[in-house]
Amino acid sequence: MMQRIEPIITTKDLHLYYGSNHALKGVSLAIPRQSVTALIGPSGCGKSTFLKTLNRMNDLVPAVRIEGKVLFDGQNIYEDYDVVELRKRIGMVFQKPNPFPMSIYENIAYGPRVHGIKRRQELDEIVERSLRAAALWDEVKHRLKKSALGLSGGQQQRLCIARVLAVEPEVMLMDEPTSALDPISTAKIEELIVKLKERYTIVIVTHNMQQAGRIADKTAFFLHGEVVEYEETAQMFRAPRDKRTEAYITGRFG
Amino acid sequence: MLKRSWKRVLADGTATGLIWGAALLTVGVLLFIVAYILFQGLPHIDWPFITDVYRPGLGQEGILPMIISTLYLIGVALLIAVPVGVLAAIYLAEYAKEGPVLQVIRFATESLAGIPSIIYGLFGYAFFVTAIKLRMSILAGSLTVALMIIPIIVRTTEEALRAVPRSYREGSLALGASQLTTIRRVVLPTAIGGILTSVILSVGRIVGETAAVIYTMGSAVAIPRGIASSGRSLSVHLYFLAKEGTSVEQSHAAAAVLLILVALINMLANVTARKYRVRGGSAR
Repeated sequence: MMQRIEPIITTKDLHLYYGSNHALKGVSLAIPRQSVTALIGPSGCGKSTFLKTLNRMNDLVPAVRIEGKVLFDGQNIYEDYDVVELRKRIGMVFQKPNPFPMSIYENIAYGPRVHGIKRRQELDEIVERSLRAAALWDEVKHRLKKSALGLSGGQQQRLCIARVLAVEPEVMLMDEPTSALDPISTAKIEELIVKLKERYTIVIVTHNMQQAGRIADKTAFFLHGEVVEYEETAQMFRAPRDKRTEAYITGRFG
Repeated sequence: MLKRSWKRVLADGTATGLIWGAALLTVGVLLFIVAYILFQGLPHIDWPFITDVYRPGLGQEGILPMIISTLYLIGVALLIAVPVGVLAAIYLAEYAKEGPVLQVIRFATESLAGIPSIIYGLFGYAFFVTAIKLRMSILAGSLTVALMIIPIIVRTTEEALRAVPRSYREGSLALGASQLTTIRRVVLPTAIGGILTSVILSVGRIVGETAAVIYTMGSAVAIPRGIASSGRSLSVHLYFLAKEGTSVEQSHAAAAVLLILVALINMLANVTARKYRVRGGSAR
């Protein structure tokens, strides 16, 4: 497989403040292309906040202040960057499945429509391709016109992944995408993630260290708004360099 | 132990009884009123009553002009109030930042909703009828009742918009949709039920209104020729029939027609809401 060597996203000395709360304290990470990068750490350590800086979802939060750089393909996304274009190229899957209260078809077609695709045939193709890519097509192909809210939690989350795939992003951010799901649905999503990294770059926040161990190529350990250790996953789990990392991955806190 | 559980059974029973009683009373009163009006009114409704003009001297005592005036009033008032109310609610729910300005606006809409309708009537008379010379007309009446229902629409719609889960908005924005697209294509369709509820409530307020309407739309009994004509709404007609003791039967019959009209409009709104949901493909 061809893999470009330079990272797709690089953050440099990234600081984020919620009012007076200093939530990210100088995070510098380089995220490689077509790989899975896991962000782990205890609750409130800043990993979700960091994830949301990558597609500027923190812009929605009032009183947020961001310093430092987030380079996406070499361009700082906080300087003169069209947010619509950014979010088209960097998709996001949330912790709780959030399908729109529309049909399965409309959910998938929503993104392409927003970005100007109108032809029915083209939309049909995108819907099928995206659902297939999210391993959901066979389960829903007979009820595309039915409400997406009638799907199970796991199916809804795969629908949300398909919805992101439909706009053909380069990066997919996932914020604890399996924390609300049962083990079987979780396994399906993990399998999907591993498959998706052939084409996409995936950054996933997870509370579940086994999950990071199973699917991530690289793992970053966050603590109190800082990255304590960022390493090949196997390496980190085998021989953590920092004592705090070791304490966390062996389950002594968190 | 035994004694206490006996007490609890009694307390439970009393509470359940009270709750059921209150519910039955509410539904019962409503059913009684509806049944009473229909029972008294329906026997006096015949074809001429609905399709004739009103010329009592000539033996024509139909309410067609009043039905037409009422529909005009509802239509024009909604045409004015719904866009204004819904847009204001979108501003309040989606754009405005919490703070003094928002509080003032909210206080104002709440106060407006509580003002007696006769005050609106006087204002409408002084401003629309006299000052800007619309004279007693359907337009002046519609503008006046539009002012009355805007607060209802704003409040109900704002609540409906706020009830739309944040996660829908986040999902849409994260796909690269702008805020306006998100509101138009995700938030509004999700809230459409609440918005239509506000319209139904407004229609109820409009058809029930007399005080504000008499002073602004007048009480001309001819079929209105357009929104510049004066007209007499069904409620106003009912008021005159009852007040002047013209005919108790006729006022009951007119009341029954009014009731049926409101029921039809509510049904229409519900059907529209369902259609909208089906097209959006939402649940239910």
